[in-house]
Amino acid sequence: MAKKTIKIRAKAKDDVVTVKALMTHPMETGARKDKSGELIPAHFIQQVTCEHGGKKVIEAQWSGGVSKNPYLSFKFKGGNKGEKLTLSWVDNKGNSDSAEADIR
Amino acid sequence: MQINRKRRIVLKGSLAAGALSIAAGTGLLIPRSVLASWPEAAFGAKKVPEALQALLGGSDSETSADIKIKAPDIAENGAVVPVTIASSISGVESISLLAANNPVPLVANYKLGEGAEPFVSTRIKMGKSGDVIAVVKAGGKLYSANKGVKVTIGGCGG
Repeated sequence: MAKKTIKIRAKAKDDVVTVKALMTHPMETGARKDKSGELIPAHFIQQVTCEHGGKKVIEAQWSGGVSKNPYLSFKFKGGNKGEKLTLSWVDNKGNSDSAEADIR
Repeated sequence: MQINRKRRIVLKGSLAAGALSIAAGTGLLIPRSVLASWPEAAFGAKKVPEALQALLGGSDSETSADIKIKAPDIAENGAVVPVTIASSISGVESISLLAANNPVPLVANYKLGEGAEPFVSTRIKMGKSGDVIAVVKAGGKLYSANKGVKVTIGGCGG
């Protein structure tokens, strides 16, 4: 968990910024069993937030139904090249990470 | 598991020292407060209407042609089904993504902030073939669209 878990790209075209992010996370639903038949405890990202200029652009609430190493893409207006945006996630065990990216 | 055990030890240690305030200060108690907004009831619901009721306060939605779901007709691997939802409805407040036949139908809910375009793309798991449902909340009303996806290998079982 100590490693960087977020890859993020933000690109401005016309007046719309497209953000693409990849996170590294097992996204266990809690319904899967391991080889010995024991349930693997649920471990998934519950919330992903993206902020730009101090404002929340999008807040995603996820269940374990999102694929492993989740990918998220969204668009927003009002961002300019060179500005920064922050993306952060929190999982059901309380782990979290965040990353900052320049809009290009 | 390892992480959990560590947390126990840390918690025990701080309790023994009578220093709960330190635990709070170091962020050990953050998860609960941060995720107060995570709609547990909606994510625990086993049926689509229940999930929508818990999440958006209503399960009646108008079928709309202004919501476009991009997903494969046949998904070879149910563990990774790319789904893109785009809408031309104005004033969209939230986009919810559900997989009708999953054990937990509600997969994701996106709350759009100021300036966000009604467009999201994610990869989801699908246990078996079924509909992918997108529910868009705009101006207090719910609009929905669905698309059937055939799954050849499920992504939820073990």
